[in-house]
Amino acid sequence: MTEPGLYHLLFISAALFFIGVYGFFTRRNLVTMLMSVELVLNSVNLNFIAFNKYLWPNRLDGVFFTIFIIAIAAAEAAVAIAIIINLYRSHQSIDVENAEELKY
Amino acid sequence: MNLLLLIAIPLVTAVLVLLVRNAVQVRWVSLLGATAQLVLAFVLFFAFRQQRIDGNAADMLFQLQYNWFPSWHISFHLGVDGISVAMILLTAFVVIAGVLVSWNVEKMTKEFYFLLILLSLGAYGFFVSLDLFVLFFFLEIAVIPKYLLIGVWGSGRKEYSANKLALMLMGGSVLVLVGILAMYYNAPGRSADIQTLARSVISPEVQKICFPLLFVGFGVFTALFPFHTWVPDGHSSAPTAGSMFLAGISMKLGGYGCLRVATYLLHDAAKDYSTPIIVLSVIAILYGAFATMMQKDLKYINAYSSISHCGFVLLGIGMMTKTSMTGTVMQMVSHGLMTALFFAVIGMIYERTHTRQVSEMGGLLKTMPFISTMLFIVGLCSLGLPGLSGFAAEMTVFMGSWENPDTFSRVATILSCLSLVVTAVYILRAVTKTAMGPLKPEFAALTDARWNEKLAAIILVAGILAVGTAPFWLNDLVNPATQLIKDALNLQPPID
Amino acid sequence: MLNATYISLIPLLPLAGFVLLGLFGRKYFKNTSGIIGTGLMLVSAVLALYTAYGYFFEYGKADGVYQKLVPLKYTWLEFGKGLSIDMGIVLDPISVMMLVVVTFISLMVHIYSLGYLKGEERFPTYYAYLGLFTFSMLGLVMSSNIFQIYIFWELVGVSSFLLIGYYYDKPSAVAACKKAFIVTRFADVGFLIGILILSFYSGTLDFNTLIAALTSPESSEYKTAVTASFLGISALSWGLILVFVGGAGKSAMFPLHIWLPDAMEGPTPVSALIHAATMVVAGVFLVARLFPVFAISSPGALSVVAYVGAISAFIAAIIACTQTDIKRVLAYSTMSQIGYMMFALGVSGYGGENGLGYTASMFHLFTHAMFKALLFLGAGAVIHFIHSNEMKDMGGLRKYLPITHITFLIACLAIAGVPPFAGFFSKEEILLAAYHHNQAIYWMALITSALTAFYMFRLYFSIFWNKEQQPHGEHHGEGGFAMMMPLVLLAIGAAAAGFIPFGHYVSSDGKTLETAFHLSFSIAPVALGLAGIFLAMWMYKSQTDKPEKIAASLGGLYKAAYHKFYIDELYLFITHKIIFNLIGRPAAWFDKVVVDGLVNLAGNTTTKIAETIKGFQSGKVQQYALYFLVGVIGLAVLFIYVWK
Repeated sequence: MTEPGLYHLLFISAALFFIGVYGFFTRRNLVTMLMSVELVLNSVNLNFIAFNKYLWPNRLDGVFFTIFIIAIAAAEAAVAIAIIINLYRSHQSIDVENAEELKY
Repeated sequence: MNLLLLIAIPLVTAVLVLLVRNAVQVRWVSLLGATAQLVLAFVLFFAFRQQRIDGNAADMLFQLQYNWFPSWHISFHLGVDGISVAMILLTAFVVIAGVLVSWNVEKMTKEFYFLLILLSLGAYGFFVSLDLFVLFFFLEIAVIPKYLLIGVWGSGRKEYSANKLALMLMGGSVLVLVGILAMYYNAPGRSADIQTLARSVISPEVQKICFPLLFVGFGVFTALFPFHTWVPDGHSSAPTAGSMFLAGISMKLGGYGCLRVATYLLHDAAKDYSTPIIVLSVIAILYGAFATMMQKDLKYINAYSSISHCGFVLLGIGMMTKTSMTGTVMQMVSHGLMTALFFAVIGMIYERTHTRQVSEMGGLLKTMPFISTMLFIVGLCSLGLPGLSGFAAEMTVFMGSWENPDTFSRVATILSCLSLVVTAVYILRAVTKTAMGPLKPEFAALTDARWNEKLAAIILVAGILAVGTAPFWLNDLVNPATQLIKDALNLQPPID
Repeated sequence: MLNATYISLIPLLPLAGFVLLGLFGRKYFKNTSGIIGTGLMLVSAVLALYTAYGYFFEYGKADGVYQKLVPLKYTWLEFGKGLSIDMGIVLDPISVMMLVVVTFISLMVHIYSLGYLKGEERFPTYYAYLGLFTFSMLGLVMSSNIFQIYIFWELVGVSSFLLIGYYYDKPSAVAACKKAFIVTRFADVGFLIGILILSFYSGTLDFNTLIAALTSPESSEYKTAVTASFLGISALSWGLILVFVGGAGKSAMFPLHIWLPDAMEGPTPVSALIHAATMVVAGVFLVARLFPVFAISSPGALSVVAYVGAISAFIAAIIACTQTDIKRVLAYSTMSQIGYMMFALGVSGYGGENGLGYTASMFHLFTHAMFKALLFLGAGAVIHFIHSNEMKDMGGLRKYLPITHITFLIACLAIAGVPPFAGFFSKEEILLAAYHHNQAIYWMALITSALTAFYMFRLYFSIFWNKEQQPHGEHHGEGGFAMMMPLVLLAIGAAAAGFIPFGHYVSSDGKTLETAFHLSFSIAPVALGLAGIFLAMWMYKSQTDKPEKIAASLGGLYKAAYHKFYIDELYLFITHKIIFNLIGRPAAWFDKVVVDGLVNLAGNTTTKIAETIKGFQSGKVQQYALYFLVGVIGLAVLFIYVWK
């Protein structure tokens, strides 16, 4: 049993990314879509951390970025949930199919 | 003579129109503004004449120049020559007549007059500007109100016509803008000033590209075949004053632009393109005339005949002799006055008979002697009766065209002479059917023109007679300016 | 002294009448307009006579030659150096002669109309139009510039249009005025192009300079004009022929004559003034004005004039024999007589004895104005009495209209060329000129002269003899003093004008031309004329069925002549079927379908494209994300594999 290397982490990150993307495209529920976006963001975080650790172990840029992204993700989640709540109030639903007034 | 006044008066009038309280005040304020502008136009004319008599031979008189965008070398540059003065006089005549015939517009009077005055503001600005960007700025001011005038106050298929007109004229302006920009970037020293550009050398390759852009762009305004289809629809849907402004002023913007901007500034290319211009204008003259022959609606008749008459404007430019270009300007003045009067008369008839179909008219001379007499005068002017303005203008174009000794120009001139017969056919058909013949019983109780309509018609007839009986003043006014353009055309293209 | 001020008053007074009566007549001069118009015309006529006296007897001659005087000239519109439209007055024998003719006949018509149109509602308008016409006609004859003549040419055309359409609620009058205008307009385009050609080669529009430049064989203008050619005919001839086309239109020469008979829809005094005595001879005047150029530089063009004139004279005389409307008979007779004047010019040469045709033509113009105006005014009196234009409604009127009868007879004798009436002398000179120059034309003219006598006396006997008129109560006799005085004055003119030694005053080169009188030569025309008169007497003096029988025996020829040789129908076919259907309608169709269609197509295509691509904007967030993803992947592929 060897210590996990960069490729393992990148594999997990890529899997996470595509799970997120898949979720984003297939789920109709806005909360689930938000969760999928979080997965995508976290896969990026994982990428940053992994590259930081294995390629430039003496620097902290990747970590900074990760923290930055976590903060932005929190803000984004707050805004998104606010939008979702408002949408629920007006449409009695959080199904994304129902919110299509902005077409054409 | 401060040229800013010419722009300031319509501006003040337009603002006042918005400020005053009721429709009556709106009318009188507009009339006052239009009268002041007419007086000012006369003052300008006499001041200009006096300057010329005193020996001031500068290209442009009464120049004013203010910085606008100094970093881009754009300045608010105004000045007039004979052509501009003639056009300003024409505009002033048409505006006051248009204001008078619209006296009975009840629907949104304030907005209607505001747009009319705004349109005239654009025209005045256009005719006095000496910087191409300023010129373009005023051109756009003159286009937009037309859309609303037709779309809101029009009749018939007004939305369709308004869209068609606005889109085609906008398309024309886009071509003009592209042409102006191309000239601006290729002129030595980055300038859009007409006088600077006239003195600087623009390479023939650039001219070859710019000229069609500018000529077609302006040509759309003056019904250049085959970009003329906005004319019949636009005119027939527009309210009376709208048609008058459209035919009397807007179409002249194009002719002026073709002459002043395209031909004067891009003289080397102009000579190369003279053949297609002549071909297109002869087509417009004959084809417009024959198409008119088949029209049944009075407004369509006048609109199609405008295509034919504006063909003479373009023919004069295409022939590129001094006399023919003077004829162009005279034809613009003449056609502006004549067609404005024609639309005014058609409006008066329509208001009373509620029809514009020639076949439904008959014997109006009995109940409306004044209106019918005006119809006769304008019809005779249109078919080129001596003593009325059309004759002097058309003959000047013919004489100017005939100065070119090549067979092609000869044939073109003779073909356009033939349109005189066709014009007589359709004008007489329309006029005699409308005014003469047995009076239809349903028209027996109609009344003649009211004071405002009479005044409007008399003002325009005065203009027509002034040009028709004594064309020499207009000739003297315009000749130095067209000589200047001719001198530019005589320059040899640079060799490189 | 020939002072420009009072000479210019001659045309300006009628113009003043036009302006005054046209603007204020309906309101202020409802009843006095006739007097005002006539008074102004009288002053004008007196001034014209005074001018003529001054010109012919005192100031006009220098070294035995009548000069061309130009007392007034100012530039109206300048095109370039030497090339300008000038408004001017030129006095030479023909213009002074025309001045007298126009003012005199116009005055007669003014006076006559006072009676003829009494009580008309549009009386002021009528006198205003008469004033406009007289002004334009006087301007025409005094023109010093070829473009000036064109301007007044158009103005007489429009006054003729207005006067023919005077009874504007009558559809036939409206159609006639339109036809007159359009046909002459068509001819005027030829005139205009002719002017353009002549002005280009001579470099001027001024008559004097133009004639000088184009008649001297040494001048460079002459050389270029003669050598430049198109279809084998020199540019100069083209120019002159086109100018003549204009003249032929106005003078109702074959085949541009179709408007003249219809123009009889106008009031009869108008027909007398415009369509008999003055305006229709403008074409003859125009050729006479340019005569030196025709005669010296382009004999080809002159022979065109001769043949067109002779053919018109002949055809019109034949048609006149079959018409039943008395004014139409007179109209065709006018056309025939103008044909005489035309071919007289055509067979003439320039200068000396050769110029006999020129003098004869002008002489005939002068006498014709007298007797034809008289005939029309007489016919007017008859129509005034009978209220009909048709011959079948007339007959036996000599008892009711004695003065009209006598004056009409004088006029008929004059036009038939019976000595010693005016027409005899002028026609004699014309025939003589034709005889010496062109035998074919001479024979045509001779037959025409017999026909003339026949149809004029057919008219005379049908009106005044033939069947007896049934007396009906409302007869008001002859039209009073206003109508009778002009008849008598004109009858004196028609009887005596022949004795004027015309050659002394008017000749092609301004010198005195002695016209010799050959008795032996006159026998043939006079005998033929008398034969025509007796034939007419035999057929029409009393009511018989001879005319019908003869008409039946002539069959097709009679029918063709009765229908004016179907020329009207031919024109109708060309204009309606060919021009309207083959040019007008396709042009309108092309505009509606092709040009407008293209514009609409552009608009519709834009809308269609927008309709098609707007589906992408579905409002579905996940679709947008998918586009985004595809875009990113696409870009990634591009960056990684294509643009490495």
